[in-house]
Order: sequence, then structure tokens, then C-alpha cells
Amino acid sequence: MQETLFGKLTLSAIPYDNPIVMGAIGGATAMGLLVFGLITYFGKWGYLWKEWFTSVDHKKVGVMYIALAFVMLLRGFADALMMRMQQAIAQGGVHGYLPPDHYDQIFSAHGTIMIIFVAMPFFIGLMNLIVPLQIGARDVAYPFLNSVSFWLTASSAALVMISLGVGDFSHAGWSGYPPLSENQFSPGPGVDYWIWSLQLGGIGTLMTGINFFVTILRMRAPGMTMMKLPVFSWTILVTNVLIMLSFPVLTVALALLTLDRYLGMHFFTNDLGGNQMMFLNLFWIWGHPEVYIVILPAFGMFSEVVSTFSGKRLFGYHSMVYATVAIAVLSFVVWLHHFFTMGAGANVNAFFGIATMVIAVPTGVKVFNWLFTMYKGRVEFATPVLWTLGFIITFCIGGMTGVLLSVPPADFVLHNSEFLVAHFHNMLIPGALFGYFAGYAFWFPKAFGFRLDEKWGKRAFWLWLVGFYLAFMPLYALGFMGMPRRLVHYDNPAWQPYLLVAAAGTLVILAAIVCQAVQLVVSIRNRESLRDVTGDPWNGRTLEWAVASPPPFYNFAHIPKVETLDAFTDMKDRGIAYEVPAAYQDIHMPKNTAVGVVLGGIAFVFGFSMIWHIWWLALGATVGAVGALVLRSADDSVDYILPAQEVARLERERRQLLAAHGQSGAAADSHLAHQG
Amino acid sequence: MKHTVFKGLFILSLWPQWVLACDGDCGSRWALLDPKGPIAAHEKGLIITAFALMLLVVIPVIFMTVAFAWKYRASNKKAQYAPNWDNSHKIEAVVWAVPAVIVAILAALVWKSSHELNPYRPIQSAAKPIQVQVVSMNWKWLFIYPELGIASVNRLVIPAGVPVSFKITSDAVMSSFFIPQLGGQIYAMAGMQTRLQLVADQPGSYQGLNTQFNGDGFAGMHFETVAASSQDFESWVAQVKHGATPLNETTFKALEIPSENVPPRYFSSVEPQLFERILQKYLPNAEAGQTGRHGMTPAM
Amino acid sequence: MATIAHSQTTLDHHDGHDPIGNATFGFWLYLMTDCILFASIFATYAVLGHNYAGGPSGHEIFDLQYVFAETMFLLFSSTTNGIAMLAMYRNARSQVANWLMVTALLGLGFIVMEINEFVHLIQEGNGPDRSGFLSAFFTLVGTHGAHVSLGLLWMVVMIFQVLGKGLTQPVRSRLMRLSLFWHFLDLIWIGVFTVVYLMGVL
Repeated sequence: MQETLFGKLTLSAIPYDNPIVMGAIGGATAMGLLVFGLITYFGKWGYLWKEWFTSVDHKKVGVMYIALAFVMLLRGFADALMMRMQQAIAQGGVHGYLPPDHYDQIFSAHGTIMIIFVAMPFFIGLMNLIVPLQIGARDVAYPFLNSVSFWLTASSAALVMISLGVGDFSHAGWSGYPPLSENQFSPGPGVDYWIWSLQLGGIGTLMTGINFFVTILRMRAPGMTMMKLPVFSWTILVTNVLIMLSFPVLTVALALLTLDRYLGMHFFTNDLGGNQMMFLNLFWIWGHPEVYIVILPAFGMFSEVVSTFSGKRLFGYHSMVYATVAIAVLSFVVWLHHFFTMGAGANVNAFFGIATMVIAVPTGVKVFNWLFTMYKGRVEFATPVLWTLGFIITFCIGGMTGVLLSVPPADFVLHNSEFLVAHFHNMLIPGALFGYFAGYAFWFPKAFGFRLDEKWGKRAFWLWLVGFYLAFMPLYALGFMGMPRRLVHYDNPAWQPYLLVAAAGTLVILAAIVCQAVQLVVSIRNRESLRDVTGDPWNGRTLEWAVASPPPFYNFAHIPKVETLDAFTDMKDRGIAYEVPAAYQDIHMPKNTAVGVVLGGIAFVFGFSMIWHIWWLALGATVGAVGALVLRSADDSVDYILPAQEVARLERERRQLLAAHGQSGAAADSHLAHQG
Repeated sequence: MKHTVFKGLFILSLWPQWVLACDGDCGSRWALLDPKGPIAAHEKGLIITAFALMLLVVIPVIFMTVAFAWKYRASNKKAQYAPNWDNSHKIEAVVWAVPAVIVAILAALVWKSSHELNPYRPIQSAAKPIQVQVVSMNWKWLFIYPELGIASVNRLVIPAGVPVSFKITSDAVMSSFFIPQLGGQIYAMAGMQTRLQLVADQPGSYQGLNTQFNGDGFAGMHFETVAASSQDFESWVAQVKHGATPLNETTFKALEIPSENVPPRYFSSVEPQLFERILQKYLPNAEAGQTGRHGMTPAM
Repeated sequence: MATIAHSQTTLDHHDGHDPIGNATFGFWLYLMTDCILFASIFATYAVLGHNYAGGPSGHEIFDLQYVFAETMFLLFSSTTNGIAMLAMYRNARSQVANWLMVTALLGLGFIVMEINEFVHLIQEGNGPDRSGFLSAFFTLVGTHGAHVSLGLLWMVVMIFQVLGKGLTQPVRSRLMRLSLFWHFLDLIWIGVFTVVYLMGVL
């Protein structure tokens, strides 16, 4: 009876006896309760539900994605901090404060969270926020699907979080190699938490990929040909192609592992005809494009930032586009470099090694093009630019170590070492995260109508940069000293000083994150003085700056006609940027819906009940999900018409606001406020 | 050699060496930079060459980043400002060509070195190679010397100057077999056999380890590699043969029980074909009766 | 937003873009991702297809005649689905519903035959946990079967919508996508039939 009702779930799944875990749970719960209490105190639940949770507005979905990314960044960073502290002390006779069992979960969770629940939602959030505005569209292709995608991602993140207190997380690393991740060696619910959170989140991401691909391909403003598409939207387009091509492979890899674990099949088991290397192939056929999925959007953000803050057109736009496409194509023929040490033949290794280093060519071209965009420009050292400069220099170092690793015999000695850990952090922190931070500072005023505080932003940047070098350069050295990754304890005293430096580096990064939190608070407090009245705080070049900050929910009262690449700069040059149209037209808008939230909730229940083998509940959740979709499909009144006179009234209000701040349309043109 | 300058730069890049105190045995501290065999030496040379080639691009780029950003800062009104300048075929040609040329050179290097340093390729040597079969177990390494009929756990003794020909498999999860000062690593996988060829130039003791995370006992899964003179090696073999413990069904089953931080052990004799049988247990067409976590065939 | 007049409309106008086109295009893209999903499973089958682990090979367990009959069910269901679509273009509402029912019944026949084959194999001790080959077999064929089952569910919903709502623009758009889906599953099955059954027996 107990088993029928609760599956494998018992009270003993809650680790009461582990003070560290209980501390973490206590901390997370306290934070949760605080937020819950504040929302209740201010009576904001109704507002949140009506205006945010059930919203299908791409801008609000985007903001929710970014908020999720920041929350998960805190969790992922806490994991990083714990690992660094453990390795700083656990030498020789000292075994540190974490037992292997706990340490293994922490590094597995850290990788999973940082890739899937920080990097992905962060760029998807910025993409949601900006891409429709940048291409002059009123919406995404499938607004409802977008809401479902977000709630699937949020509920899979919730699964990872709940693994903290109910059961445990995977011990098998973020890449979950079998047979270690098989029942035989990992019988607990940990690997299942990993599987279902990746699987559900992955399905959400796949739907997002289709959504934005169609949006960019079919909903661009008239006149915006592919070669007039802003470069950020280009990188997003290519990223979404990568998502569509690679995520189904992850789905399969995880599903086959699921079948092994739940139905005793033999895909990747040691015995009865399983083949563990098949998993590695499938996983990395997804996993390597995934690296570019998180990096390409950041490349796009850097491109926008460099061009805008140099007051100059992007150098070599066509090259940038071709380089982006080249990187995407090449990203599918390099996966084997993740396991050169499998013992494949020399020809195979050489092929994949060369394919890998060929990626350095288009990437190098991009770097040079950013440099030549600054050349003969007027570079403002605003926070987004600092992130970009920090990125270029640091990324070069990471690229160099990456090419080293792509030489198979060099990889034979550097594989699985701290050198590798240093390398991929050296790509992903500057290459992805710095880009997102640049995008965050750049587009924040667009989302909220006021800029972020520059002083705290710059502090955060410098601390991040210094912290990064302190935390990861010693790991390169440790690689040459023969230190493997993922060690809970080591005997070699020569490694310890380097690990102490690395630990100090994470503390500096902690200070950086604190600065970012302070920046947000200070900016909200000083929002009146940081107000962006014109909607164009940086003398922007693309269409997202043509609308108010924050933009009206219908984005554009009338869809602009695009003539050139930097469409908004062109409109300003021709003096038509703030032109009042002769007449407004009715606008077609989608209605908000609770189905997205409901499906997310059902997905959470489904994942949780599968993890704990509560079959009746899993079945119930499936029926519920199908029912919700069938009901939704029966509802034909999913959208409404916003009448032209209502549009006219809202637009008049905006013009009055501009005039009140002494800016008629023409004045706004020449204003070009630059507070940098 | 032209390498000297780059080697200097390379060492320089490992800056913490100068920041932190050196306790006197820095030599063996940098395992990858202190090779004790031709394979490792070749791999080290390769890293330095590739590193040097890349510096040709990376150093100018870093310099240009700082120089351009500074020269064209907004406050420098003396600098030229060309807001609509966005294209130059000359520059485009150079930025595509320079990385392409460097990558082409590196690609040639990759092709050549991948074949030269193929771990399956026998080492050219006057001495006849010694065979060692390596089995990864949870969480220790078993070394079987099929020609000598002995075995050891977590301690690999080899004769210096003689090529060692490894056959590697796993009796549990995937691991990676690595002796940094002698040469590159290779995976140990159940039901699959990988090969590795190494030779130690001189007698000495070198750290060996597993680099592939494989569970709770991972951190303790390392071993000492002793390269002994041929005399010392002979006497070590004789000593092991005199031991009391054979590696048979009983002792192997005991060994298969997961254990952590296992001290070295020696076996005076080994069941013939033990390695092949471990391998066969997990072959794709092995029958159910042969398999199972602790199941060895009755013939053992 | 509450002040804004809501009006029920058809989906024919959306920012000057054609949303039915968008929906069909997006669905077609989904089918392409599904193609990749099947390709990955086919690849896995190719790798594990001979890992019998002492269990039976395809030659020993496949009954080609049985599977051929099964295949006919699916192929005919595609034809009847096509007839339903032609009826839709003629605006013959009840004919659409009738032909969809025929299609669903044929699809159901296919699924019942597949389940029957699976049950027999499992009863004989040749279930998916027997060997790598059988794991890959059950998964490849079963994934296709799961898709067909979802298609059936969708078809039932559409029959109700055709009868209840009539051939409105959204219903037509959905019928078109369902038809795409159904033909797609046919194509995949041709692949399964060839790679798994024909090549397994010959």
C-alpha cells in the first residue's frame, strides 16, 4: 500500500542527518518564505498571476526567464563555492567537510544548473525580450507555446532544487556517463532527477527553438531582408537551428538511459549487449552544439554592444553572418573531441581534431571584426563595453587552450584534467556569461524604463574579471601538474597553494555577485534619475530602440519599413524616427492564458512522480496534460482585437510624456543621451 | 632550438610558479613538463609547438584590443571618426587568411602527430616489449603480467628502457588509465579492449592515476609506477612469485567488491586467460549466465 | 487591458502575416526534429542490432507476413486520410468525419497488431530486457507506435471538432497538420519495415 501510494518515496529521503544539506535547505526555504511573505504582504499575488504568470507577452516571458537564470546562478555559484572550499582544504590527512557522496552531487548539479538553468534561460530570456522588437514584429510566432516553454523550464529547475531536500541529485557528473549512471552503479533517485530535469527542460527548449526560428524567418518587418537582419537576431536564428538539430538527440540519449533504468533494457549497460560509448556519442552530438547554442547569442550581444558604443556600423557584417553559420555547421562535426582517449584510430582522431581547430578560423574572424568596429570609432567605456573588452582578451586565452586540446596527442595528457576545467570555464564565463551580462546592462532600460547604475556595474565587472583569473588560471597550472578534475581529496601538497588561490578567486566572484545585487537595488531606488524617457538611451541602431521603454504590449503601433541594416539609425538620420503615422490600425493580440502555468505544474508533478516511481500520479499527470491540451485546442477565442482608437490614445500618451520632458520627436533625435 | 624561446614563454605563462613558494622538488611537480619517456616527451614538445603557433595570433589580438579601445576612446576627439566605415576587403582578407594559415599548419601537425603518437602503435625498440594487462575495478587497478604469471594491485612495476605493451579493460564502470610522466591516457571500458604503448627511459617512481570520475572511490584510485633496472625488476618478479596469495576465483571475487584507497597487493600466480575472461563477460554477445556483477565462469 | 474590447475572430489576420502558414511551417519543423529523433534511434539500432547476448536474432523472431499485414493497415489508413482531406476541400463535413473514423480504425488495427506482437515476444521471454538488440528493437518500433497512438488520440479529438465546430479555419488548419503527421509516420514506418524487419529476416 505504502509503495503503491508513494512509490520509493519515504520520509528517510529527507536527509535530516546531514547538517550541510539541511543548512542549504534552510537557506533556500528561508529565501523562498521571505519572497512569498513579501508578495503576500504587498498583496501582489493577483498582479503576478494576471500580469506575469499567465502572460503570453514575449517581453514578460523574457523577464521571467532572466529572473529564473539569476536565481539558478545563485544556486550554481553556491555549488562552485562549496567545491572550491573543499579542494582548498582536503589535502593529505585533512578530508575536508564534504564526503565524496555529497561532493559528487555538488559538481554534477553545478554543471547541470550552469548550462541548462543559467546559460539557457539567460539567453532565451534576452532573446524573448529583444528579438521580436529588433525585427519589428508585434509578437512571436506562437505566444502560447512560448509560455509553455518557459513553465517547462521553470518546473524542471524546480525539480533540481527539490532534489536538495527530497532524496539526492545525480552523483554521475553533469554528463551522466553510463554505466556509472545505470541502476547497477547508481540505484538511487539522483540520476532520475538529472534525467527528468534535463528531459523536461529540453522539450521546452526545443519548442522555443522552433518558435523563434519561425518568428525570425517569417515575421520580420517589411524591407528587412536576411542581409538587413541585425546581427544579434542572426546569431539567434542560427542558435535556434542548432537547438532544433541537436536537442532531439539529447532527448533520445536521455530516453534510452531512462529505459535502461526503468525497464531494465540494455542500451548502455555493461552486460547483455549494451554499448556505453553509444551514449557518449549521442550525448556529445547534442553537447557540442550546445556549447555554441549558449555562446553564439553572446557573440550577437557583443556585436550590438561594440557597434552601438563605438557609434559606428559593425565592421564586416557579411563576414560576421558567414562566420556564425560556419561555426554552426562545424559544431556538428567535432563531438568526438570529447573522447579522443576512447581509443579510436589515428585517422578518426585526426579528422575530429582538425575539424575542431577549423572552428578557430570563423571565431577569430569575429574577434577581428569586433576590433575593427572599434577602429575609427568613439568608444564609450560603459559597463556593456567593459564586459566586451574583458571577454575578447580572456576568450583569446581560452581559445588558445582549446586549440591545444584539439590536438589529439596533447589531449591524451590534458584530458579530464584541471586544465580542461580551466579551458571550458575560460570559454563559457567570458564567452557566454559576460555576453549575457553585457546584454543585461544594455537592454535592461528597454525592459524596465530605467538604466542600471553604472558605478556598481563597473565594480561588478572588475571583480568578476579579477575573480575569474584568480579562480581559473591556477587550474591551468594544476593541469600541467597532472591533477585530474572532480577530486574530493588529494595527497599532493604541491597542488594546495594553487587551489587556495582558486578558492580566493571564487570569493572575489562572490563579491562581484553581491555588487550585481546591490546594483539592482540601487538602480531601482534611483530609478527616477536613471529614467529612460526616449526609449533610446544609448543612441541605439536597431528597431528595439524605436519604441518606448518599456515598450507598449503591442510593441509597434505601426510596423516600420526597413531600408538599411541599422534601421533605427537610418530612421533618425532621415528624421522620421518619431514620425506620427496618418492613421492607426486595429491590432491583433493573443489573450493571456493559465494553460502554460498549469502544464508546467503538471510537468513538475509528472517528473517528481516518475523519479519516485509513483506510477498512479505519473499517469494522472499525463492524462491531465493531454486533457489541458485538448481543452485548449477546443478554445477558439485565444486572441482579441485592440481597436485603432485605443492604440491612438496610448501613443498620444507617450508623445505627451516625451514632450513633458522637453523632447518632441525631432528633439529626441538630436538628444542622443549618453550617460555612459 | 627555436623551441627555447617559446618554451620560456610557456613556462612564464604558468605564473603561479613565481607567485608561490617552491618547496625544492619543482622538477617532478610539473608532471607534464617533466617527461620520463619518449612518448611523453613528444607530447610535451607538441603542446609547446602548438602553444607557440597560437601566440602568433593571440598576442597581437590582445595588444590590438587594448590599443584600439584606448586610441578610439570617446574622449579622444583627436582620433579619426568614421561612423560609416564598415568594410575593407584588405582587412577581411587578412583576418580570414591569417587564422586559416595557422590552422592549416596546426592541422598538418595534428595529422602527423595523431599517427605518430597513436597509442596502438608499437614502440620501436631493440628490447622485446613486456605485456601488461590492466583491469579497472571499483576502485583500484589490477595489473596482470601474462608472460610472468603474476599480478599486482595499485602498483605497477616495469623494467626501465623496455617498451611496455598494455591491454586495458574494465570490470566495472569506465575509467581512464594515465601515467603522466610516461605518456597519454586511454579509457578502460567493460567489454572493450584498448591498447597503450609506453616506455620509461630511466629508473624511477612515477605517479599513475585514473582521470575519469567513476564514483565515490575515484579520488583514491591512483597507483605508483616503478620503473626498475632489469636486475631490480627480475628480483621483484622473483619476490612476488614467492608470495602466498594466488589470483584465483576466490581472491578475484574478493577483489571485485568495491573498495577505496586500496594499498598495493601482489599475487604469486594468475589463472590463465583471466583478462580475456573479464573481457568476454561483457562482450555484446556474451550470454546471461556469464554475466552479472560478481559472476565469474565456473571454469575459473 | 480590461477596457479593451474583446472580439472573437478567426485566425486569418495577424500582423499582416499568415498564421495558418506559420502553424503549418512550425509543425513541419517539428516533424523535422522528430526525424532527427528517429534518426538517432535508427543509429542506435544499427549499433546494437547484432548484440544478441545469447538471445534470439531478428531472423528467429520476426514474422514477415504478419508485419506485412500490419504495414497494409497503416498504408491504407494514409489513403483514407487522404480521402478525408479531399472531402475537407469539398467542405463535406460528415464525409470528413466518416473517413477520419475509417482512418482511425485502420490505425487502431495497426497498433493492436503491434501490441500483439510485443506481448507474444515478451511472453516467450524475448522482452526488451533480454538483449541490446531487443532493447533497440522494442524502442524503435515502440517509439513509432507511441507516435501513432498519439496521432489516434489527436484524430479522435478532430472527429469531435469536425462534428462540433464544423470545418472552421482553425479546424482545417489542424486537419492539415494531422494529415502531415500521419503521412510522416507512414514514411518512418517504411524505414522501420525495411531496416528492422526486411533486413533482419533476409
